[in-house]
Amino acid sequence: MSHCDRLADGGRRFFLMRGAVAAAGAAAVAGVASAPAEAAPSLARVTYPVTRLANLRDLKVNEPVQVAYPDADSPGVIVKLGTRVEGGAGPDGDVVAFSTLCPHKGFPLFYRTDDRSLNCPGHYSRFDCEKGGLQIWGQATANLAQFRLRVDRNGDIQAEGVDELIYGRLSNVLS
Amino acid sequence: MAYKRNIDRLPIPPRDARVQNVTCHFCIVGCGYKAYSWPVDRQGGNAAAQNAFNANLAEQQPAETANWYSPAMYNIVRQNGKDVHLVIKPDVECSVNAGLGSIRGARMAEMSYSRTTGTQAQRLTDPLVWRYGGMSPTSWDDAVALVAEVTRRVVEEQGEDGLIVSAFDHGGAGGGYENTWATGKLYFESMKVKNIRIHNRPAYNSEVHGSRDMGVGELNNCYEDAELADTIMVVGANPLETQTNYFLNHWVPNLRGTSLDKKRREMPNEPHAAGRIIIVDPRRTVTVAACETEAGKENVLHLAINSGTDLALFNALLTEVAARGWVDRPFIAASTSGYDAAAAANRTTIEEAARITGLSADDIRKAAAWIAEPKQGGARRRTMFAYEKGLIWGNDNYRTNQSLVNLALATGNVGRPGGGCVRLGGHQEGYSRPSDAHVGRPAAYVDQLLIGGRGGVHHIWACDHFKTTLNASEFKRAYKRRTDLVKAAMDGVPAGDRAAQVDAIMGAIRQGGLFSVDMDIVPTQIGTCAHVVLPAATAGEMNLTSMNGERRMRLTERYMDPPGQSLPDCLIVVKLAQALERSWRAAGKGDIADKFKGYDWISEEDAFNDGYRKHERGGEHVTYARLRAMGTNGFQEPATGYQEAGGQGGRGNLPAGSTAAPGVIVGTKRLYSDGRFGKPDGKATFASTQWRGFQAEGKQAEKDKFRFLVNNGRANHIWQSAYLDQQNDFVRDRFPLPYIEMNPADMAELRLTQGDLVEVFNDNGATQAMAWPTPSARRGETFMLFAYPTGVQGNVVSKGVNEFIIPNYKQTWGNIRKIADAPESVRHLTFKPQEYRQA
Repeated sequence: MSHCDRLADGGRRFFLMRGAVAAAGAAAVAGVASAPAEAAPSLARVTYPVTRLANLRDLKVNEPVQVAYPDADSPGVIVKLGTRVEGGAGPDGDVVAFSTLCPHKGFPLFYRTDDRSLNCPGHYSRFDCEKGGLQIWGQATANLAQFRLRVDRNGDIQAEGVDELIYGRLSNVLS
Repeated sequence: MAYKRNIDRLPIPPRDARVQNVTCHFCIVGCGYKAYSWPVDRQGGNAAAQNAFNANLAEQQPAETANWYSPAMYNIVRQNGKDVHLVIKPDVECSVNAGLGSIRGARMAEMSYSRTTGTQAQRLTDPLVWRYGGMSPTSWDDAVALVAEVTRRVVEEQGEDGLIVSAFDHGGAGGGYENTWATGKLYFESMKVKNIRIHNRPAYNSEVHGSRDMGVGELNNCYEDAELADTIMVVGANPLETQTNYFLNHWVPNLRGTSLDKKRREMPNEPHAAGRIIIVDPRRTVTVAACETEAGKENVLHLAINSGTDLALFNALLTEVAARGWVDRPFIAASTSGYDAAAAANRTTIEEAARITGLSADDIRKAAAWIAEPKQGGARRRTMFAYEKGLIWGNDNYRTNQSLVNLALATGNVGRPGGGCVRLGGHQEGYSRPSDAHVGRPAAYVDQLLIGGRGGVHHIWACDHFKTTLNASEFKRAYKRRTDLVKAAMDGVPAGDRAAQVDAIMGAIRQGGLFSVDMDIVPTQIGTCAHVVLPAATAGEMNLTSMNGERRMRLTERYMDPPGQSLPDCLIVVKLAQALERSWRAAGKGDIADKFKGYDWISEEDAFNDGYRKHERGGEHVTYARLRAMGTNGFQEPATGYQEAGGQGGRGNLPAGSTAAPGVIVGTKRLYSDGRFGKPDGKATFASTQWRGFQAEGKQAEKDKFRFLVNNGRANHIWQSAYLDQQNDFVRDRFPLPYIEMNPADMAELRLTQGDLVEVFNDNGATQAMAWPTPSARRGETFMLFAYPTGVQGNVVSKGVNEFIIPNYKQTWGNIRKIADAPESVRHLTFKPQEYRQA
């Protein structure tokens, strides 16, 4: 077994186990790697509320609007970027929403219109709103939590999920 | 899209979770963490009485809360053979980091080995031997017997110079007192190996010989000094990214002015202001930007010197402070020697320095004033000097190091609050070994020996030269050629016929082959050439002691099992030593065999007691039990005594008026606070350090020939050579390739756009990177991520070294050309400027 094979196997396992979360499951993995995987922990998602954050007509390009999701204690921002981005919602594919609690230490992020980034005054972390909240530079061990959006026929923008753990809570939906 | 874990709920640590001390095993800062573990089928509840945080977790927790952990701080691991939940979370009680976690250390849990979650599946679990055209798992006894047999035969034929060793010599994941002692005992006591080198350089030497030879140890202050200094002068370092929480928790408060109360309290008889900072670095780093944010631009002096010209600057600063009468005459008289001679020898005018460094004369004068102009009322200005790889791996290491120490001594800034002249460090420290005097100085240039066909067997302890050496292109070619000879010989004989195997190996070695033995925790690039691989445990899988950049010693407790059959390095040494003893005895050499006695250790604590306890200054006061009780704060080395619980007397030399709390090891806050230095007469020695241009052979010619400076160093996301990060999805997604920062105008001339794959090349070799347009980069000056697995910067670094075989990575020049458009793996990335700007 060469090292290259080990690396490749390790990578495949990793993506299956963590990337695809529960759906992939242990069964899909067994036999791939030399060290058989054991039973995966349950990583079932929490159930998210569907919350109207704004209507398309409320949004102007590059003018962020403060929102909260999944509840009032979890601040965020919704912004129409003006250019289509991966993961963008709406007819132009350019509406995105993010948590504005820095995933490092929970300081409130601020939006820079000049490069469409969210920035942390606590420890200087920067997140790119045009790249799914990718950390440009910073201290957080995760990219920025993005709110999954759906746009209704009447232009209402509904949040219906979150793709990372929000700072300061061990369950995105508090109970 | 950016990598997301899609984890939206994590288990709650129960009230009775096990809590253990952890010191981050990555950088020298050594942040304190706590490991929480509990059985996998249980968890706590939201109510305060039901969780380990004693907090109502049904509510949103505020900024900087201690009652939360991120997904990267979580895993499921084995502990004493059973699955447990593991949370490794920054410790708010630790004075080093006060609850801060860096992007590296706060991923320790996620970067632990787990067969359940699949993390770090790359970890080595079994001894491996080259058999049947590949690496095959085998038993410890089988693997070490082969290593011992070949090692003995090589030593018999070539002497101990035929055994070449590459070894860690640090702390944290880079060694620890247990493991440095064990390897040191094997190679320096049982044997007298002199062809040995350290993980990031081609010889066995100090990176700061210059400072030590002046009687000034390089870790002489405490982290609090960064809060107390009037001015911090930092040279060739980027602490926001490389000593993150030291910078955030101790430098920033000074720059913000929030440490003013502490200054007034500890130094009441002088005026105080918020700190100022001088940053000597050719590159505008994120550290510069952060300092400007916190202190205001008027309190930050970024001296963007021509690469490699620091020495001329420091000599001019010494000349200027002397001419102004800003030197500390009483200190010089009482605690130093050779000042007048050195000041005369190093005399450099500001204009001359301006010409060499490219700085303005005014900025050099301003720096001198910030360093040494007396404060209102005549009080001495307190300046802390800090340096790291920009100096250490820069031009003329020895003299440049000494010229900075000259400046610190002349201004009375060693051994006093708010002062210090310190390296910032890379790994933690954890060095305890028998004397290395036989190695000599200059030490052997081991890489050149290996390239030149010397030696027959190579033992490698946690080093990956293929990523972390200079002249790496040539090194890899030679190493592969030599080790392939042995592989071919082994392939020609049945693996089970040990005698025939060893004969075949020895035959290949006589033809210029090299037998390679690799001890590591993960598969490495040099390990692809190895014939035997032995799996090691890392911190947390074993108890491990180290000290940080202010000599703060802590014990990381074993909180999980090592993977498979892997063992702590010190116990691998036991197996090797015992196998060597057997091999020599079987060969009828009982006298040599007897040298390998004394390894009857069962645990890492036995190695600690045999090494540190018996051999290090103050070691007699230090035990595992005492360290465990002292948590993540530990004590600062050297220990001077132990204050028994209850405050009843104690042993050792307790300082007068000691206010040590009960049951503590008494340490040393600053070195040289009594004004006595590490020379026989107690006086620090000034050094003559004349400027001599680019010292290493071939550097000036390389600069003249090639267009771009290929400056290099670390990135915030990544620890060291990415040996763990390369299997961490968060990092692998962000940096599938190393980046090279380039000025946008340079990119336009080369018809490059962001993310394009470029080749960096010169007469030493070639490597690859993805282009990152960086407006703050100067024209013709690039910065490339160092030691990255998918593009090794060392490939283009020349073999030129200083007189003590210190490499010169920083002064590298090359050309750049486009290889391909941005590959798919980088198209989702952002290439916006890294620098933070205020709203």
